[in-house]
Amino acid sequence: MTKSTENSVIDPFEAALSVRDVKGRAPWEDAWHRLLKNRAAVYSAFIMAIMLLLVVFGPMLISWESDFTDWDHTSSPPSVESGHWFGTDAVGRDILVRTLEGGRISLLVGLVATIVSLLIGVSYGAVAGYFGGPTDRMMMRVVDIIYALPFMFFVILLMVVFGRHILFIFLAIGAVNWLDMARIVRGQTLSLKNTEFVEAARACGVGDWAIIRRHIIPNLLGLVIVYATLTIPQVILLESFLSFLGLGVQEPMSSWGALVADGVQDMESAPWTLIVPAVFLTITLYCFNYIGDGLRDAFDPKDRL
Amino acid sequence: MALLEVKDLDVGFCTPEGEVHAVNKLNFSLKAGDALAIVGESGSGKTQTVMALMGLLADNGRVNGQALFKGEDLLKMSTTELNKHRGREIAMIFQDPLTSLNPYLRIGKQMIEVVRHHQGLSKAEARAHAVEMLRAVRIPDPERRLRQYPHEFSGGMRQRVMVAMGLLCEPDLLIADEPTTALDVTVQVQISHLMGELRKKSNTAIILITHDLGVVAGLCERVLVMYAGEAVECGSAEQIFYDPRHPYTQGLLESVPRLDRPDDKELHAIPGNPPNLLSLPKGCKFRDRCPKAHEACKDKPPMQLTEDRHAYRCFLSGPA
Amino acid sequence: MNDRVLRVQDLTVDFTVREGGLVRPKTYVLKAVNGVSFDLNAGETLGIVGESGCGKSTLARALLALIKPSRGRVLWMGEDLNKLDEEALRKKREDLQIVFQDPLAALNPRMTVRDIIAEPLWTFFPKIARVQVDERVRGMMKMVGLLPNQVNRYPHEFSGGQCQRIGIARALVLNPKLVVCDEPVSALDVSIQAQIINLLKSLQKKLNLSLVFIAHDLSVVKHISDRVMVMYLGRAMEISYRDHLYKRPLHPYTSALIKAVPVPDPKLARSAVDTGLTGDMPSPLDPPSGCVFHSRCPYSVKRCQLEVPALRRMENGDWVACHRAEELDLTIKAC
Repeated sequence: MTKSTENSVIDPFEAALSVRDVKGRAPWEDAWHRLLKNRAAVYSAFIMAIMLLLVVFGPMLISWESDFTDWDHTSSPPSVESGHWFGTDAVGRDILVRTLEGGRISLLVGLVATIVSLLIGVSYGAVAGYFGGPTDRMMMRVVDIIYALPFMFFVILLMVVFGRHILFIFLAIGAVNWLDMARIVRGQTLSLKNTEFVEAARACGVGDWAIIRRHIIPNLLGLVIVYATLTIPQVILLESFLSFLGLGVQEPMSSWGALVADGVQDMESAPWTLIVPAVFLTITLYCFNYIGDGLRDAFDPKDRL
Repeated sequence: MALLEVKDLDVGFCTPEGEVHAVNKLNFSLKAGDALAIVGESGSGKTQTVMALMGLLADNGRVNGQALFKGEDLLKMSTTELNKHRGREIAMIFQDPLTSLNPYLRIGKQMIEVVRHHQGLSKAEARAHAVEMLRAVRIPDPERRLRQYPHEFSGGMRQRVMVAMGLLCEPDLLIADEPTTALDVTVQVQISHLMGELRKKSNTAIILITHDLGVVAGLCERVLVMYAGEAVECGSAEQIFYDPRHPYTQGLLESVPRLDRPDDKELHAIPGNPPNLLSLPKGCKFRDRCPKAHEACKDKPPMQLTEDRHAYRCFLSGPA
Repeated sequence: MNDRVLRVQDLTVDFTVREGGLVRPKTYVLKAVNGVSFDLNAGETLGIVGESGCGKSTLARALLALIKPSRGRVLWMGEDLNKLDEEALRKKREDLQIVFQDPLAALNPRMTVRDIIAEPLWTFFPKIARVQVDERVRGMMKMVGLLPNQVNRYPHEFSGGQCQRIGIARALVLNPKLVVCDEPVSALDVSIQAQIINLLKSLQKKLNLSLVFIAHDLSVVKHISDRVMVMYLGRAMEISYRDHLYKRPLHPYTSALIKAVPVPDPKLARSAVDTGLTGDMPSPLDPPSGCVFHSRCPYSVKRCQLEVPALRRMENGDWVACHRAEELDLTIKAC
């Protein structure tokens, strides 16, 4: 076995020989493996994958269309003979199809609003946290002010002015959610700013924007991913809430919230109209929460979030 | 009779990367009033040894072997039984006094709580005892200091408070885990002095865990050197410092920069890196870094013992 | 050998500390570095020693203009670093580098070793070809004792000592002229410390670097320094040639520090060590009047309490800030 010479760890001869580069193990790889060990998270991800397939492809495969009113089977309970596996609503529309199409909207809102809040929140928070001083103070005051605005009021205002277009649902929700993300990112940036590797970068003459891009943001990603995953169910619930109040999507489009709202009306006579969308909604919320928790555990404790 | 007898101590951890053997078949003993130093670097297992003794291992740790304290096996005790001994007969001081003291409680409260719990004294008696202890560790104005919070003390004073808390119940054994590492050199001297004095006064046995050979030389009579979870050498301080037999001990002593040696020579470094407990070499665990390694080292080296109780785990024999 | 590269004049760094409540908050001025002056020549190593709160880390950052001083100048090759505009200062950073105390914290956990070492190259030579970068990175790794085939690995896959080697490689990749090492071995195992110290020494000789080596351990500093500066509460107490300092220190604080170092020799260590110091380190927020060390000095007289001693030059080229430097004989016995 080749012995090391004095204080250098390698034998020069050996260095010349071992030309092949060793593959590195990125920090996220460790986190990924930890995540895969978390059964709740893995099953949830699996279920979500199936849910996604169902809502995207399901309505195409089901013979009923969501706006088709089956006059022979209004408010009929789930049965295989009638063809309506999950029953129909008061107007005779198939619950399953409606639920799946509603799922499209709910999940879309969840995803899009989260992405919007992520993009705005991360850049805003990173800039505020990194530059600090008066810039930071002013930027966070803006956040505080927007935070203080009553959300409902804001949404109703938007709806009144612009109408109930689905785009404005995205806007309204996105406009509120980025605030939390910005605060969290700013806090993390503040602590990252003082780490030695950022100091080292400054000592090497690296510019501010390069530092934010190369050092701050990649080290925020763990936290951001966890938070984003936990934001999705929040947003879906928020949209459901809006729909329940009648402020959400307009007919004939539907979301789980709107379906639940409709279902509540017929709760006693046709409980399946409430139960089916409610169950889908609940499963989705649980799953995202488990995935989010799993991600959080996977990124803690060794990794710097 | 030995105060503490550790027999075949094994400590392992189940980690996602595999089973980590932090401590392997460790044996040592301590009499009342003895001062033993456990010396090692990262991966040596020195901290996990005492954590096991004190029942403070992490959840994924498991222990085997025996640790007889005054005849009773610490490792087999339940938490309640262990609590009777911890703090009263066995006290522990940790490395960082900042994190060992509760920042939200006044010092007095923390000290009094310990004394009252173990000795059942009244509040006034406990208070008086605490003041006396603070005075013994030479903290000026102890009555006023009792009412202060940890952050109002300097690092050195906090550590002295920790020593005071450790000695409050006049334990038979004091375990100090790197007590001076985080301290300035001038404060280190004070704390070492303090521990030496108090040991003489109350005949407290001390286990000192450290990588600082200088502190060991000043305080301890017996030294146990650990590497990769095993004892590689054990003997009196004179034997270890003047006649080290194991190449690791020899390497350690040569690589420490010293004021009393000529300085232009290059420091004799031990090549290689600290042991990775997940992938240790077979046979002698030190052989990858040992300048004297040879063919036989593929097998597990025996523990050799000289007439004057100097033990070392190596195939080579005789002085360096 | 008298090619001076760095001149520090009366460097002072103040921090304002606010304490207290809403009604009457108290503002203290913390003089982390207080009037420090010294010179450094090409190829020379200056060791800076001091205990916690002495300001050595702040000084390190002020030397590299990472912190703006409140007073005083840092002249690099004759130019005042703090008078340069941002772009000019940035260019100077090619020559001025730093190695940090915590080896793992000094490396971005999400970057590969290659990217970490290459970053300074990209910053100063944005048009540089990838092949060139790769070649240089591998060359640096070999120079600091790392296997070049580890380029794709991440910091957490290395030991502390190896991480510090990566840090050193990054600091040297631009061929700097001055490297400030802020306690580079304090966080490492003893056996690895020796490796890194040897590495720094050999690199210094090879590349003719000027080093500022900061440590709290006098024995470590002894092995690597040509001259040693001792700091206390933000002030320089003594700046002496290494051999002079360890045999016959000029300042009582230096003498106390030397006596306090635990020697790994049972016979020597057992004899009672009396550093001569009384009391504890005063708070930097409220330093003693006159000579900041007088409250703990075994040799202090009335004058020490009233008058701040200036850092003055002795015949043998050493500098000391003590009123009684000529009278005292602090020769270290039997070392």
